[in-house]
Amino acid sequence: MMATRIHPLLGAFAILVFFFLLAPLVIIVGSALSDTTFLTFPPQGLTLRWFANIFQMEAFRRTAITSLQVAILGTGLSLLVGIPAAYALNRYRVELPRWLSTLFVLPILVPEIVFGFALLKSITIGLGLPVFISLVVGHALLILPYSVRVVGASLASFDFSIEEAARSLGCPPLKTFMTVVLPNIRAGVIAAFILAFITSINDVSVSVFLTGPGISTLPIQILAHMEQFFDPTIASVSVLLMLVTVGVMAIVEATLGLTFLTK
Amino acid sequence: MNKLARWGLTMPATIAVVLLLVIPVLLTIATTFGEAAGPFSTYTAFFKSGFRMAVLYRTLQVALITTGIALVVGFITAYVIAQMPGRLKSIMIVAAVFPLLTGVVVRSFAWLIILGKNGIINNVLMSVGLIGEPLSMLYTQGSVIVAMVYLFVPLMILTLVGVLEGIPRDLIEAAASLGARPIPTFLQVILPLAAPGLIVGAVLVFTGSFTSYATPQLLGGEKQMMMGTFLYQRAMVTFDWVGASTIAAIMVVITIGVVLIMSRMARRLNPMAV
Repeated sequence: MMATRIHPLLGAFAILVFFFLLAPLVIIVGSALSDTTFLTFPPQGLTLRWFANIFQMEAFRRTAITSLQVAILGTGLSLLVGIPAAYALNRYRVELPRWLSTLFVLPILVPEIVFGFALLKSITIGLGLPVFISLVVGHALLILPYSVRVVGASLASFDFSIEEAARSLGCPPLKTFMTVVLPNIRAGVIAAFILAFITSINDVSVSVFLTGPGISTLPIQILAHMEQFFDPTIASVSVLLMLVTVGVMAIVEATLGLTFLTK
Repeated sequence: MNKLARWGLTMPATIAVVLLLVIPVLLTIATTFGEAAGPFSTYTAFFKSGFRMAVLYRTLQVALITTGIALVVGFITAYVIAQMPGRLKSIMIVAAVFPLLTGVVVRSFAWLIILGKNGIINNVLMSVGLIGEPLSMLYTQGSVIVAMVYLFVPLMILTLVGVLEGIPRDLIEAAASLGARPIPTFLQVILPLAAPGLIVGAVLVFTGSFTSYATPQLLGGEKQMMMGTFLYQRAMVTFDWVGASTIAAIMVVITIGVVLIMSRMARRLNPMAV
């Protein structure tokens, strides 16, 4: 697109939009620091006790650990089945039917809340699988499209003749993939991992059906806490979650550059 | 050997999606046709019930209004971002991405602090003396829409920035050099080229807001029940599984229908199509 002069009204509007986008997040940080027992902004007095409070609340600690476990296992699983699928879709583009790539984006098309409910009915209740396993499987499936598409995007620019060369020199298929293909699509794999991880950590609609006695994820716990209490602890938990996001964005920036996300 | 390889590599993901998504969802929909009162009885009950139809209409209304506002706001912002020089552009894109990576619960919660009884807006208005009593802004359709727009504007911006950057500079310069004023240029050159992107963004926002759960739950509550919260309530509070499955089936049909119709439209509208 060309660089022209922007009408000052448009520029002013864009500035307002960015204020609208970022101010609520600043407000959460401010409320988390307020030395009051109720949520307020601007903060009255500054304290970090609400952050200390999180670690004293067993429910938050437990669900945060569950959330991390589910996100790591779910993301790992989705990459484990997603990378081979993305590879085959790109390598054998001509020979594979079109419906396959549609199938792998289905988890995005089906409403999450419907998917969560269907999973609860079929595998948690129907097959009697433990809640934790259902959570991991549900998250892995929910984020599979990211794995397939993001890894696929980086494979699209990979020159498969390099791989052919290694193979013709006698390198076995798996070793070729590990030593020739994988280093070339490292950025895509990292990006897929990060997007999938963030999606999993923040998920509500699928997880809300898959909580059991003593098992819940952090966002679901926050929701439940909010319905009973309205104190700065929630704000401080939210800030911690935001810090995870900041950390992740720093990793993306360092490895890929953030404009990657608009491609 | 090759055949084995390509099917073998796609098989795990295929089996996972079919076994854990396609079959469970189809089974859920299938259970709605198994009622003693007749195969479609649960649907006639839904469409005849004033309360349930009100939930459906409210959801469609909120999703449509959210999509409309997000389209306008997102398009203008993306347009401004696309014109920015490199460094500033990256900063603006980061600022748009950051809220997107922050969870739905956190972003909805922010609006509880802003709109609540002791919220920022009420505090400011009270201290200025404009109002004597705090306004009740929460648990209204307005509060749900504001939070939804907040959720989806970044998505719209990101979808459109790439599209607008892809519009060849020469086209706009050509229009200008042939004497086209900015507004006709916008209407006859930029808008048609951006149309497929606008449709993709609109579909993402519409389906996202139509099927949302956390935001209507937090900012709408019981009074502003939407399809997502209604489904949860039927399934987990009243344990009416057939009722919940009926809501699920209606949601699936509407979202997939919208996606199919709109993506066909986007393809037809694409003047750059090869």
